[in-house]
Amino acid sequence: MSSSNSLRGKTAIVGIGNTRRWQAPDRSAFDQLQEAAILALEDCGLTTKDVDGLFCAMSTSGLPVLNVAEKLGLKIRHADGTMVGGASFVFHLQSAMAALHAGLCDVALICYGSNQLTAGGRLAPMPDPQPHEDPFRPRYPISSYALAANRHMALYGTTREQMADVAVAARAWARLNPDAFVRDPLTREEVLASRMISDPISKADCCLVTDGGGALVLVRAERARDMPHPPVYVLGTGISVSHRQISTMPDLTTTAAVESGRRAYEMAGLRPADIDHVMLYDAFTINTLLFLEDLGFCPKGEAGRLVESGAIAPGGSLAVNTNGGGLSCNHPGMYGLFTLIESVEQLRGHCGERQIPGAQISLAHANGGVLSSQATAILGNELTL
Amino acid sequence: MTDPRFDGTGPDAYFWRTLAQGRLELQRCGPCQQDYFPPALVCPRCGNTDVHWAQPSGKGQVYATTTVRDRAGDYNVALVDLEGGARMMSRVEGVEPDAVRVGLQLLARVVQAERPYVVFDLAEK
Repeated sequence: MSSSNSLRGKTAIVGIGNTRRWQAPDRSAFDQLQEAAILALEDCGLTTKDVDGLFCAMSTSGLPVLNVAEKLGLKIRHADGTMVGGASFVFHLQSAMAALHAGLCDVALICYGSNQLTAGGRLAPMPDPQPHEDPFRPRYPISSYALAANRHMALYGTTREQMADVAVAARAWARLNPDAFVRDPLTREEVLASRMISDPISKADCCLVTDGGGALVLVRAERARDMPHPPVYVLGTGISVSHRQISTMPDLTTTAAVESGRRAYEMAGLRPADIDHVMLYDAFTINTLLFLEDLGFCPKGEAGRLVESGAIAPGGSLAVNTNGGGLSCNHPGMYGLFTLIESVEQLRGHCGERQIPGAQISLAHANGGVLSSQATAILGNELTL
Repeated sequence: MTDPRFDGTGPDAYFWRTLAQGRLELQRCGPCQQDYFPPALVCPRCGNTDVHWAQPSGKGQVYATTTVRDRAGDYNVALVDLEGGARMMSRVEGVEPDAVRVGLQLLARVVQAERPYVVFDLAEK
């Protein structure tokens, strides 16, 4: 058994911050980040002066740790600016756990902000050219996910209708969330009629483009019990990286979520059947299908049929992406942190109409790059320790 | 002292230089005898640095395909598995972009450009 099991339940998320400003002109990415950080610290009764560990990544800054420490006036003694795309913040979660228990810091702040929508809507280009793919002009990152979806369809008979049902389920959840950016009704037919971008991915198969900021505060479990909210404990984490470019992904129908998930389940001592609530980074509809399979919620190749049955929509057998996901709630450039925020909200029981009654264990899974980086976290309330 | 195993032209530059001479060469791992791509100093499968340049047959098949819908005209982007074990992003030419299917048999062709690249034609005419 892995020695990382000793980290089970030893760290708690005690503060969350979410700006819920999905379209905010005249606010920079750093403004969003600062607001989220302040909200998260106030949520647990701390201030910027208590933070000594900083974890952040941005798509608009190559030196986010320096910029954030300056703007928030932090005196940090530990930092991690790992940038693996949208999964970065779950990588940071694991790194923060290790740092807290090595005594490298006492209060860890994980934070993010983006003004992607009001800055023009396109994914901010990062200086990371791919000279062996660029000549073929794949639409980045959509074509990479389209290739994975094409392969999944060819091997398992997955259909565009089943992918559409992922978007429809996300929208149905968003309609229960007053903070979701898009809440209009959505039908399978509307998704199928949406403009094709890179077959089989249409516009409605793609996540939103929004602004936004999110943050988490973590401390060691013994300190968490004195905080204003019931602590949400980190029961398990796992990370994995399989490639950078889609052309070097070993198997386009099986992601590194298999490994990140296995590590998280092992640390937590749990199985998929134990999970009450699931957050899967849905940058594209195919992602939800791949991660349902790779994290063990159904056999490989079966996720299309599972979703088609209504399983992940409100009232279904498995509560997935209850905030509305990246498809309908928010997607400010990188969304990974928001999977953790919704998991914490559900475990605190603060989700109103979309609350999963009695949710005690939540799994948050994030993806980065082009299915390149995968990170899984399993969170639980006091009863799960 | 530099390590003589890594002397000479770097692998990316070597790849493009041989393409410019009209020749597709890929790195082949000595121990596992598999080609790999893109160029790198170490075999991504087995971790060995005992690799050498070799000419693959150029035969390949479509591993995955997509049609990029563009106002200036739709075009194909495909991942192609080459005989020998390497996979590369490319496109299939001589056929409608959305007629490309997983498993189609292909043959590599070098296209000269400022930085040359490899496209694929259908193997059977």
